Amino acid sequence: MGRTKPVATRRAVMLGGLAGSLAATIRLEPAQATPERMRAAIRNVVGEASVRKGRVDLEVPPLVENGNTVSLAVSVDSPMTTTDYVKTIHVFNEKNPQPNVISVHLGPRAGRAKFSTRFRLADSQIVTAIAEMSDGTFWSASADVIVTLAACVEGI
Amino acid sequence: MARQLINVPAKVKRGQVFEIKTLISHIMETGFRFTTTGDKIPRDIVTTFSCSYNGEEIFRADLYPAISANPFLDFFTVATESGTLDFKWAGDNGFSETASAKIVVE
Repeated sequence: MGRTKPVATRRAVMLGGLAGSLAATIRLEPAQATPERMRAAIRNVVGEASVRKGRVDLEVPPLVENGNTVSLAVSVDSPMTTTDYVKTIHVFNEKNPQPNVISVHLGPRAGRAKFSTRFRLADSQIVTAIAEMSDGTFWSASADVIVTLAACVEGI
Repeated sequence: MARQLINVPAKVKRGQVFEIKTLISHIMETGFRFTTTGDKIPRDIVTTFSCSYNGEEIFRADLYPAISANPFLDFFTVATESGTLDFKWAGDNGFSETASAKIVVE
């Protein structure tokens, strides 16, 4: 019954050492955004309001070969009238050096709450888009992206 | 003088939602890269973009280093009156560019 207690085998010790040296290499690189920093950046924008899933459609390719140019399109389900429209759309990432990607300010004259651009991804990660409506509610969508060639970290 | 590309339909019907595509040549240096000698390459990006339709702002974006080189933006607006669309980019090291496009509303 039950599982055996973990014992420090040779393999475990070797793996531990490898993980340690990997961590050391990572620390030499510029400070990275982390999921915590992304959450902090989102808190900065939404404050104490709650963010609900839905109404936002985030289009990013699931598998990216080159992280230097990744297409990004965000559309929000909104009638875009003078009384009910999307005020702002923010896009955040988890693992680039900075958590912010873009903030777009719209109004009822936009007609359609949609924009697209191209951005950089330093690693495989989750991208989140948050839309602020004219009634003060926040809606979000997230997407997982796998990156084979990372941006931002290469030298010249 | 940075090169810009603006794509706006020449004629649109009143009340129609139409697409505006913009692109400007810019290196968008992130400020997180290093030269082979270990010097940090200073940040040089476009930080804001705005578009106004006959003087009234219809779209504005705050850009961060995560935006790719030669920032491309594609967005929409409703055709109200014939007139001009003015585009403005601003960024680090006093970068400032403007462009405009004519629009005919039928």
